Amino acid sequence: MSAGASISRLVVPRRGQSVWLIVLSAGAMAFLAVFALALAVSAAQLAQTWSAALSQTATVRLSAPPEEIDEQTAIVLEVLRTTPGIASAEQIAPEEQAELLEAWLGPDLPLDALPLPRLIEVTETPEGPDRQGLRLRLSAEAPGAVFDDHTRWRRPLAEAAGRLRAVALVSLVLIGGVTSAIIALAASAALASNGQVIRVLRLVGARDRFIARAFVRQISLRAGLGALVGTALALGALAAIPQAGGDVHLLSGFGFSGAGWALPALIPPLAMILAWLASMTTAFQVLRGVT
Amino acid sequence: MIVFEDVSHDYGGGRLFGDVSIKLEQGSFHFLTGPSGAGKSTFLKLCYGELTPSAGKVLVMNKDLQGLSRNDLAGMRQRIGVVHQDCQFLDHLSVEQNVALPLSATGRPVPDSDVADLLSWVGLASHAEALPPTLSGGERQRAALARAVISAPNMLLADEPTGNLDWDMSQRLMSLMIELNRMGTAILIATHDLQLIRFAKSQINARVLRIARRKLQVAGADL
Repeated sequence: MSAGASISRLVVPRRGQSVWLIVLSAGAMAFLAVFALALAVSAAQLAQTWSAALSQTATVRLSAPPEEIDEQTAIVLEVLRTTPGIASAEQIAPEEQAELLEAWLGPDLPLDALPLPRLIEVTETPEGPDRQGLRLRLSAEAPGAVFDDHTRWRRPLAEAAGRLRAVALVSLVLIGGVTSAIIALAASAALASNGQVIRVLRLVGARDRFIARAFVRQISLRAGLGALVGTALALGALAAIPQAGGDVHLLSGFGFSGAGWALPALIPPLAMILAWLASMTTAFQVLRGVT
Repeated sequence: MIVFEDVSHDYGGGRLFGDVSIKLEQGSFHFLTGPSGAGKSTFLKLCYGELTPSAGKVLVMNKDLQGLSRNDLAGMRQRIGVVHQDCQFLDHLSVEQNVALPLSATGRPVPDSDVADLLSWVGLASHAEALPPTLSGGERQRAALARAVISAPNMLLADEPTGNLDWDMSQRLMSLMIELNRMGTAILIATHDLQLIRFAKSQINARVLRIARRKLQVAGADL
């Protein structure tokens, strides 16, 4: 090898506990970052899915004496059929209604004996109806009918999803901060344990920038390597999570989908940038204190 | 080249040099003698800014070392070759990489032939690929001298550079330093070796400085 070949890559010995500290901490933090990122993405997707699912549906709840209920149901259906912005309106069958209530009230309750309201499922067109006008028509023609456009369900769901995403983003920031702090400590330890290297480089006239870069280069590469391994492991773990179908909608939405799988690819380069900034700052601080 | 103006240095519970003023000119050749612990290494360290004086000023190449930024001090050291008594190296790099370090670590080109020639001159050609911890004390001193002169410095400061060498090798290294001095490099060597001083004085005009009773003397008189 030539005596002068890329010496900045070589002047810092590739050994010491700080090497493993950097690789392991960057790997662990990248692993956690992938899950936090998945949570943030999933929360956003979930909010969108829930909103979309509820935004074009509504329910009409009709309460009336038993002798009037069929007549009023027919009136309500007629009103809905003739209202612009309503794509379809269909009465929920008593069996289906019983199935829905069974989850809340149990299978043994005599639902036939209860004065249950009639439920009519309404699907809106993308433009939607004039809700205020519809409510007024319904109250005039069928006083026991209540039009519920799910607004009171949609808002808390959107808020919950928004908070979940905020928690995930704060977690990402915390992970970044902790990673920077660990790498700064590791950089400080690496510089302290290589006092002879610094003394010799100073003796031959190497500038602080060269010395700092030699350390920072190694630390950044190790952080990048650790983050790459951590990201790969986390993606493997995410892919291995069973994608539950059927009714378990919450679990089935967790993770990335489509182009979203490319997002974690940003984590290793970001870890390298963080490591570079943290170790460069630390290196200059330490070198200022060494004659 | 190097000017001490009223320099003192607190060392070992007392004050060294007592406001000494001395000028080491460009192209001069000085020996620095004195008993062990007298302060020879301290004097050398003051010359290249590893230590700062407790009082007075040290000017190197017309610049006050105390007023230099860290970058400027590094730039200054690129023009000064230093051979430390303890000969520290980067132990994980080969001898030839260590010898080339003053050039490679400061962004200057490293002519491989220069490194090879220099290693041959100091008798370490066969150790070019060896790691420093495998070298003997004498071999380390020779490698340290090669490293100090590879960049053709304006000044060479050497602390006991021949302490572990036999007489033949000591003469050989002294001849190298005399040759450098003839090309204009100022030389300051701290040594106990009177035979070596006599050898050098037989070939060039060298002055002998002595540290005694915490004072710097020339020809037996305090400065």
